[in-house]
Amino acid sequence: MTEIALSTRRLDKNFGSLIVARNIELNLPKGARYALIGPNGAGKTTLINLITGMLKPNAGQIFLGDEDVTGLEPQERVRRGLARTFQINTLFPGLNALEAVTLAVCERRNIAGEFWRNIAEHGEAIEEAYGILRKLRLGDSCYQVTRELPYGRQRLLEIALALSTRPKVLLLDEPAAGVPQEESGEVFEAVASLSDDLTLLFIEHDMHVVFRFASHIIVLVGGAIFTEGSPAQIAADPGVREVYLGKRKHG
Amino acid sequence: MAATDTVSAPQHYLQSLSRWSGGEIAFWLATLMPFFLFPNYLSLASQIAITALFALSLDLILGYAGVVSLGHAAFFGIGAYGAGLFSKFVWGEPLSGLLVGALLAGIAGYATSFIVCRFRHLPLIMLTLGLGLLAFEVANSAHWLTGGSDGLQGIRIWPLFGIFKFDLYGYTAYSYSLAALFLIFLGMRRLVNSPFGLALRGIRENLVRMPAIGAASRAHIRKAYTIAATIAGIAGALLTQTTESAALESISFQRSADVLVMLVLGGAGRIYGGLVGAIIFMIARDQFSGIAPQYWYFWIGILLIAVVMLLPNGILGGLSKILVRWRRK
Repeated sequence: MTEIALSTRRLDKNFGSLIVARNIELNLPKGARYALIGPNGAGKTTLINLITGMLKPNAGQIFLGDEDVTGLEPQERVRRGLARTFQINTLFPGLNALEAVTLAVCERRNIAGEFWRNIAEHGEAIEEAYGILRKLRLGDSCYQVTRELPYGRQRLLEIALALSTRPKVLLLDEPAAGVPQEESGEVFEAVASLSDDLTLLFIEHDMHVVFRFASHIIVLVGGAIFTEGSPAQIAADPGVREVYLGKRKHG
Repeated sequence: MAATDTVSAPQHYLQSLSRWSGGEIAFWLATLMPFFLFPNYLSLASQIAITALFALSLDLILGYAGVVSLGHAAFFGIGAYGAGLFSKFVWGEPLSGLLVGALLAGIAGYATSFIVCRFRHLPLIMLTLGLGLLAFEVANSAHWLTGGSDGLQGIRIWPLFGIFKFDLYGYTAYSYSLAALFLIFLGMRRLVNSPFGLALRGIRENLVRMPAIGAASRAHIRKAYTIAATIAGIAGALLTQTTESAALESISFQRSADVLVMLVLGGAGRIYGGLVGAIIFMIARDQFSGIAPQYWYFWIGILLIAVVMLLPNGILGGLSKILVRWRRK
């Protein structure tokens, strides 16, 4: 039996009468690459918000490894190894990439509260940040202020920020959203080159990308898990075709 | 600039951000000018230094962390009355009085920071406004302690280090205020270039992202707010000690609004923004009130509107933009 990195038990969430998550049970083995697909409004981003603690579930539990993290604040979950990226860029527009990633590294190293020492004295933290940026091919543009970075690079910075928390589980919410198709490969190549120990759950609409990178696919419809299985199983499932693949809806 | 073996390029870059520039050195040398060129204006210079210190403290929370406050005078006033009462009931030694003012304001800042850190934007502005009004009315109604609208009576400040008297010419006052401003400025300069300073800028730039990188933003805000309150308290205490008086004006809404105006004029989020803003504001007040004592805010109003419309990052922001353009040519 492989080790479970992330799991949820009977997760429920509703906004008034609108049910956005219904009895969701997830089990992500360590090192797995799961894709989360489903039509618009299926509750994919909501599920990520629930797992990361940005939304509180009405019922159910979330486990990171063996630990129940349901009651923890988002930043406490991050510190335990659960990181995410955002579908819509949620960066620090006025900081450059080096500053932003160094900040994230400092937070992880518990030195972000230090106000008596110049940041340049923390050579190791800066080196680590620069290493992450270089790995994502952001080394050349790391002195450029974020709001002036090309969109594709901003998407990579999203991932760089998440990686600097040293996650065990990484949730990627449409990492290549808005990136032209010819460049979206670059984003996913960066994702694919991440460590094998890292457990991944990603939302993606492009089925080529999903079938290429996912080891397992979860189909979410109306806030509930419609079906799940290997890419081959999902591709052959006539029900999935009907609710999702057949419609070819994007967004 | 060649990077050495031990210092990498990114580290070198971050180091360069906190290097002293020629302009900065010139600025601080210029603060000594009043001693030689305007010896009749040393009292004004002292008030400017105190106000600049107050603006610097607001810059830490507003300019760096994006925490807007319309009640910052509460801490200035607590420092002012704290130092005044200390001199009246304990003793008049100025440095210990300064410490008492700082401590009282810091405690008040720490206590209120637990509420302040939970809000942003308009609710935060209203909250700090409410707290500021509250502090004013407490000082106003506690007539037995503060003297209410008559001001606090019986403040006696001993000579600094037992030697330098606070006289009418303001020589000691300006030296004392300027030294305090410079030392605290050095600390603040260190702070904004520290990991904590970067975290505050992160909060200002995107509060939503902060928890997603594992940051406890509220703890950061509480810390910054406490430090800002402490510095505001020192500024208040300095005013009491250098003028040997403490009045309701020191804790009034007007003072909270004025300091905000200064910061916006100078440029929030720049360490010199508050200082430049305070200098412009105070000199303008001195000059304009000489012309028409009752209407001088008219000119401040025009200046404020012009700066906000034409220079969204304040006068310093505008200057640095021009400088960047000029260098590119």
